[in-house]
Amino acid sequence: MNNLVLLSGTASDSHTWNLVYLQLLLEEEGYRVVNLGACVPPVLLADECEAEQPDLVVLSTVNGHGYQDGPRALAEVRGRPGLAAVPVVIGGKLGTGGPEPAQADALRAAGFTEVFDDDTAITRFREFIAAFVLASTADSVS
Amino acid sequence: MTGFADAVALAAAHGRLVVQPRMGMASPLEMRAGLLAVRGARATTVGTLTVDSYTRVGDHRAALEALHDGARLNGYPIVSHHPDTTRAVLDGLSGFPVQVRHGSADPRAIFAALAEAGLDATEGGPVSYCLPYSRKPLRDSVGHWSEACEEFSGHLETFGGCMMGQLCPPSLLVALSVLEAIFFRFHGVESVSLSYAQQTNADQDAEAIHALRTLAARFLSDVDWHVVVYAYMGVFPRTPSGARLLNDNAARLAVRAGAERLIVKTVAEAHRIPTVAENVAALENAAAAASSVSFVSSCEDNGVLAEATALVEAVLELPGDPGTALLAAFRRGLLDVPYCLHPDNAGHARSHIDDTGRLRWSSVGAMPIPRSAVDRSGTTTSSTHLLAALHRVAHQHDARTHRGDES
Ligand code: B12
Repeated sequence: MNNLVLLSGTASDSHTWNLVYLQLLLEEEGYRVVNLGACVPPVLLADECEAEQPDLVVLSTVNGHGYQDGPRALAEVRGRPGLAAVPVVIGGKLGTGGPEPAQADALRAAGFTEVFDDDTAITRFREFIAAFVLASTADSVS
Repeated sequence: MTGFADAVALAAAHGRLVVQPRMGMASPLEMRAGLLAVRGARATTVGTLTVDSYTRVGDHRAALEALHDGARLNGYPIVSHHPDTTRAVLDGLSGFPVQVRHGSADPRAIFAALAEAGLDATEGGPVSYCLPYSRKPLRDSVGHWSEACEEFSGHLETFGGCMMGQLCPPSLLVALSVLEAIFFRFHGVESVSLSYAQQTNADQDAEAIHALRTLAARFLSDVDWHVVVYAYMGVFPRTPSGARLLNDNAARLAVRAGAERLIVKTVAEAHRIPTVAENVAALENAAAAASSVSFVSSCEDNGVLAEATALVEAVLELPGDPGTALLAAFRRGLLDVPYCLHPDNAGHARSHIDDTGRLRWSSVGAMPIPRSAVDRSGTTTSSTHLLAALHRVAHQHDARTHRGDES
């Protein structure tokens, strides 16, 4: 565990305040962050994952295309050698009509480790990070 | 002039503010219904056809796939719909001006599609639709925009007055708006508008809009121009009353500072894409708010004009045409947008909101802005500070209407 998080926007999304904010938050939690910025095509995301071997991949998108762009990004990452099991989470404003629990479940079923798409997103994400650190310390001890 | 610019000039001559939504839906039927509803609103309106994010980044295959699967898009995919479809959307609307709003660093296909559909107005710019909208090198965007402008014969608005939506000090917004308009003019566009997005303090905003008009009069005297104000482009109030107050304040700002056109935001802004009805309500409320105030010719002088002038002059003194000068300016950091992640932005400038609610420089990097304009007291570095700054306007307006204080 080298405490590295790869943070990225999705292919069609140009919003970046979400990324600037999440980078600060993750750094404050003690992670190193590689922030790929906005409009990251799946191939670039997967290339960077292969190069950086992050402990966690965080996708953030708020433009309303998350249900389409998320799975495409995930499929490309999962298809690369050594990345079949890396935890990948997604969050933000994923659809164009507010949070949709059924769509969030579909993202989990597609292989996202967790989905953060409503008003509780940041609270739940902080809990996820805390649990994640505990789990990986346990791993390295055993 | 163009149909779009004519309509704005006519309204201005009658002392009326033109109000416009930011509206776009994937379905041609819904898009048409939206335009008809905007035309029918109790306000002096022009229409908007906002393009979806796949079309913006040039991924027309993903846009087509979404249309095919019936997936929702955040706008109208003007390149993927057949030209006949877009003409049918606009059928019978010939006297009603419609602007295409996009956000593309390579707008060539979009410009071609809108011309083919018989439209004459759009917006953007080589800097404002690259740095915060694309991964493309700024050099490519400048090239694409030069080409698109050369082929274009309608009305073009700069998005330069809206960099990053929030937390960009007004002098840089004004300078970028003017510089992009100069770029358009150089490439043959004869009818332009200059944008400015409402920020965190009404007096500072009024000063900025006056500065924008002064610089436009100085640098764009040989083309047709007007000023467009955008209702706050940062994090919006969550309550309907807070959102409405902020939108109404934008309308009052536009009239007081002498802008001709306003682009509104709706009560859905903080949450999701708005409905047609929410857009119509926002237009009508803004028109009502606008009619309650009038132009005020004086404003405070806290240096916005001086700073913006210094930035514009520094860029225009660089060798080459305006596009080449803009590229060199960003390379040297003479223009530097705070918090912008694009690799072609120097990234040394920072900003914050001071105690009076004004946007201030925390650092200016290599920009030709006097040290006296830098306020080092409020540098925001933690995630909590950043979020507080981004949410300040929203919280203020939500809280103010909560107390029933609707001024
Ligand atoms: C500022 C802004 C812009 C700026 C962005 C500048 C920049 N470089 O970032 C500009 C003007 C450029 C812009 C452009 C567009 N925007 Co915009 N924008 C906003 C706005 C006003 C604020 C966003 C913001 O900065 N928030 C501050 C950050 C810190 O918060 P956040 O992004 O909401 O993220 C929070 C949570 O969502 C969550 N979160 C986000 N990601 C993740 C990930 C994880 C893992 C977790 C745990 C949490 C999490 O944590 C954050 C902190 O609480 C919002 C509306 C609003 N909120 O008021 C619209 C909004 C996001 N934009 C929207 C849209 C559609 C667009 C455009 C497509 C244009 C259009 N059609 O209107 C383009 C984008 C083009 C593209 N290629 O995608 C829509 C999205 C609709 C939807 N999802 O239903 C919104 C909601 C406005 C609206 N109601 O229509 N935008």
